[in-house]
Amino acid sequence: MDDQALLEKAAAIRTDIVEMLYRCQSGHPGGSLSCVEILMALYYRVASVDPQNPSWEWRDRVVLSKGHGCPALYAILADKGFFPREDLWRLRQIDSHLQGHPDMRKTPGIDVSTGSLGQGASVAVGMALAAKYKKARYKVYAVLGDGEIQEGMVWEAAMSAAHYRLDNLVFILDHNGLQIDGSNEQVMSLGDIMAKFEAFGFKCRKVDGHDIGGIAGAISAPADGKPLFVLAETVKGRGVSFMENNAGWHGKPMNADEYGMALDELKGRHHG
Amino acid sequence: MAEGKSLRVAYGEALAELGAQNDKVVVLDADLSHATMTSIFAAQYPERFFNFGLAEANMMGAAAGFAHSGLIPFASTFALFGTGRAYEQIRNSIAYPKANVKFGLSHSGLSVGEDGGSHQSIEDIALMRVLPGMTIFVPCDPLETKKAVFAAAAIDGPVYIRVARPVVDVITVEDAPFIPGVANIMREGVDVCIIATGLMVKDALAASEELGQKGIGASVVNMHTIKPLDVDCVLQMAQTCKAIVTTEEHSVIGGLGSAVAEALAGQSSVKFARIGIQDKFGRSGKPEDLFKAYGLTALDIERQCLSLLR
Ligand SMILES: Cc1ncc(C[n+]2csc(CCOP(=O)(O)OP(=O)(O)O)c2C)c(N)n1
Ligand SMILES: [Mg+2]
Repeated sequence: MDDQALLEKAAAIRTDIVEMLYRCQSGHPGGSLSCVEILMALYYRVASVDPQNPSWEWRDRVVLSKGHGCPALYAILADKGFFPREDLWRLRQIDSHLQGHPDMRKTPGIDVSTGSLGQGASVAVGMALAAKYKKARYKVYAVLGDGEIQEGMVWEAAMSAAHYRLDNLVFILDHNGLQIDGSNEQVMSLGDIMAKFEAFGFKCRKVDGHDIGGIAGAISAPADGKPLFVLAETVKGRGVSFMENNAGWHGKPMNADEYGMALDELKGRHHG
Repeated sequence: MAEGKSLRVAYGEALAELGAQNDKVVVLDADLSHATMTSIFAAQYPERFFNFGLAEANMMGAAAGFAHSGLIPFASTFALFGTGRAYEQIRNSIAYPKANVKFGLSHSGLSVGEDGGSHQSIEDIALMRVLPGMTIFVPCDPLETKKAVFAAAAIDGPVYIRVARPVVDVITVEDAPFIPGVANIMREGVDVCIIATGLMVKDALAASEELGQKGIGASVVNMHTIKPLDVDCVLQMAQTCKAIVTTEEHSVIGGLGSAVAEALAGQSSVKFARIGIQDKFGRSGKPEDLFKAYGLTALDIERQCLSLLR
């Protein structure tokens, strides 16, 4: 897929997210829209996965540790053919395999069940250690939220990643600056995130989190035998102007007007 | 009848009211103040509100620190993350030294709905119940939620208040007592006794109504305190009625049903059944659909009563 096609794909994925979340009248628009390009860089550029064989042993692993962003992941997995696209419209409904937070026992293509923030980081460390033990060459990518890294266990995970020299592990931070109760700065300041991960023994890079090529480059470049941390600067609610940079859209359902406005905007961008 | 509201709104309002009376009350949250509704307190008393961000374990430990310093901390987050992630902080820093910490934890049970099984705590009562010295309140409506907050503040020691998310009609009355460890008998009948807690109380009342139509007298006990359990009330009911059915929005393992079974064991041979979540995780869906799928409706209670009496 060339860059232009990827841009159009990103708009289409966002449209799917808006459609899914409007239909179920619940879920998390802001954090789903902010991680679209990060997940696209993984699924369309970097990660080696097989939609025909989701549990292929030697695939790369993707852990959406910020599980509430799963509408973005579901839209991408459907686009890649892991399950039928129609399934998207039953998100969060009873008996749908698409749960409010990713469920590895229900949805093909989900590597780890997440939703309780912080835990995906540790699971990713375990998978990376297992890959080393199995002498396998696959990589483990974990996508974290910036509010999420306030959890102490993320730093336990980071410590162990460096201790075991997990050069097959990449943490990608969806750094949109917001969480639920406000900005990271207001709620619990994170300080110098790059310096912190560096101090924990990671190779660190910062990228524009809405530039698929840039993200793909940053996560694929060698990391000097260390675990890699990629800080992706993003905009929460990206692509729907009234949601952008607004913590109020973390977990709010759209009404009919807002849904219409969001679709118009995304379709407009898509076509021109 | 007073207007229904979400129990978490009732919780937040009660905290603000309590805060007005007592400046030792401080409130802690973990980036969910607009969900637990501690935001109501935060808006009025910003200097007594502390947001810990996504760091529930740290918040619970810090709550113990506030308590050791003579203050009365109320710590809030979702029931799953409070009793789950911070379990051992509650166990060793709060319960073990009998620290005067209260935790009002919201979004308990299946009624969380669409967020799914990762967020639906079906085990929080069980986790708290095994801790010595823990008091557990499960209010059934907005009025009782407010009373639970004030009762918690009056107790010297750890108290867990389980706060459900949905909007709930008022089903109790303003002057009904709320005495920790003393159950409220809301209906009296001699055939069967339904012991309910939290959101299931309204369904127990509805089931009792239906059974009444069929000529069956069903008592309804509102067990707002799970610990200490009102054992006298349970044993009394076991003598008066032919059968006892418990009902709760929680696993049948370790919650109200277990507590009542423990009270009855060796003391009574009354017929007995537990309605609750049957050792399964939750999943996404609308709360009302989930309550049907998991057998937690008034109809399920009625059927269970009939089958025990048959
Ligand atoms: C352990 C845990 N605590 C609390 C929550 C509730 N919660 C869901 S999303 C969220 C905020 C997350 O912020 P961030 O990581 O920045 O996500 P994003 O901005 O990407 O949506 C919170 C507190 C949770 N899911 N897990
Ligand atoms: Mg964020």
